[in-house]
Amino acid sequence: MAKKHDYVQIHRIVLEPDARADTIPEDTHSVPLEMWVKGYLNEESAKIGDEVTITTRTGRQVKGVLVDEAPHYTHSFGNLVPELLRVGDQVRGILFGEESGEGAK
Amino acid sequence: MRDTSYQAVMQRKNEIMKKSVGMDYGKYESGSIAFDYEGMMRDTGYTIDEVIRIQKGFSIGDTRIMELKNITALARKCAKPGKGARIFIKDEAANPSGSFKVRRAAISVYQAKKMGYKGVITATSGNYGAAVASVCAMAGLKCIVVQECFDSKGKGQPEIIEKARKCEALGAEVVQLSVGPELFYSVLLMLEETGYFNASLYTPFGIAGVESLGYEIAHQFRKDYNCDPDVVVCSNAGGGNLTGTARGLMKANCHPQIVAASVNLKGLHMASDTQFNRKSFTTSHTGFGMPFATNPDRSDVPRSAARPLRYMDRYVTVNQGEVFYITEALASLEGLEKGPAGNTALAAAFYLAQEMDENQTIVVQETEYTGAGKHVNPQLSFARENGIEIKFGNPDEEVPGKSIILPEHPSLIRARDYDMEHLRKSYIKNKIAGFDKPTAEDIKFLAEETNTDCDFVLRAIEEISK
Repeated sequence: MAKKHDYVQIHRIVLEPDARADTIPEDTHSVPLEMWVKGYLNEESAKIGDEVTITTRTGRQVKGVLVDEAPHYTHSFGNLVPELLRVGDQVRGILFGEESGEGAK
Repeated sequence: MRDTSYQAVMQRKNEIMKKSVGMDYGKYESGSIAFDYEGMMRDTGYTIDEVIRIQKGFSIGDTRIMELKNITALARKCAKPGKGARIFIKDEAANPSGSFKVRRAAISVYQAKKMGYKGVITATSGNYGAAVASVCAMAGLKCIVVQECFDSKGKGQPEIIEKARKCEALGAEVVQLSVGPELFYSVLLMLEETGYFNASLYTPFGIAGVESLGYEIAHQFRKDYNCDPDVVVCSNAGGGNLTGTARGLMKANCHPQIVAASVNLKGLHMASDTQFNRKSFTTSHTGFGMPFATNPDRSDVPRSAARPLRYMDRYVTVNQGEVFYITEALASLEGLEKGPAGNTALAAAFYLAQEMDENQTIVVQETEYTGAGKHVNPQLSFARENGIEIKFGNPDEEVPGKSIILPEHPSLIRARDYDMEHLRKSYIKNKIAGFDKPTAEDIKFLAEETNTDCDFVLRAIEEISK
């Protein structure tokens, strides 16, 4: 449950499929244009899925459905991509000789 | 209450633009194809010295040019004897927001503040958002960054998510949208709602801001190496980087060959929801590079100040796997960890250097910051999660959206020439559409726009009309 002034994220549909531009590809035209915005909750309290209003960091009032409380980032450096190790070993091997490119196969 | 439907807002486009950029584009129009480009650029009111002074006030610019001795040595291992120009890179990642884009942002935000705007809006999923946010933070202006960020399943490119984080870290409000060019509609609505300045990438202010980059290259090169560079390579998307850099070089009376480089994303549609996350590059690719070169005025202002065909001597493409490879090589051989997109030009330069003599010089004019999401590893990891095949082999066999082929050996890295004549004719074809007969002024304009002459334009028009 989010309380007034909590930092939250909302979602809203900007354009339904039938209101979208005519010139876009079919796959994009078949789905709505969606928007996600973060800001401080205006209501006394709200739960995920409620229609709410927020005040964004620039002071705009935006309506939408509450989708996240205390939103945070989870992006990372991803899983190991072993090919990159091989690239590094290879270029060192070519330039500085076999020893420096020990792992290169 | 104003009509906020898509059609109604798009019809008010010019009126909204005029208020939000503080410029009347109409005064540069001839009524026909031609328009007064240099007049528009002059009217920014900022000379190159003023641009540099404004940027200095925000601690922007004067970034180092570094000689990549080991990358050069690697290129020489792949080249014929006597070939392999010295490769240099300008470390634009050292700017406040981590890319050259802050040069562009500086002049726009300075102008916005001077004209009394309370805030700035910009539409970008790229480094420009962080750049505008950074300068707004310094100038005490509010900032809204609008991003195309997620597909219809709510999945976002790690690179774009990271840029959202950076904008927020710098105090901006980030509005994230799903895939589609109607992002422009959302931006227009917000411009109307807030009355903020539109820090479009394509205003004369933005392009004037990049001129300092080219100007610096000329002066630094003369000071440190007692010569002018032979070739300057620019990663190319919307064309502003190349346009500004080339104009700055010319203002320093420096005339190297100007090469545009883009990642080849042939076959992927930029407005496709299902293909959105199958691109491993969100910028510096042909999906922006080609359409913006052949039709610059498709941008979000009535007349784009980014007109790359005026300055481009050569346009080459490289493949995704080659850029990832060279990014890793830059880290492993030069100790420089930079974001991949900025290295598009480096991948091209690695090959172009091999065509050149050892005593020649080639400059890659930017680097960009890197970090979680915006690094070669998460981008390849994300591609693999999305079913893209990643393997070693011949990069020529890479199919954008299906595979990323890391070169089996660095000698397989290539820059593939795009036919300039075809590009120029495409541009002319786009421009003359809808006009019965180009005027003499139009012909002269088209020659300037395509860096050709009136004979070329007349022949092209004749060919097109057949």
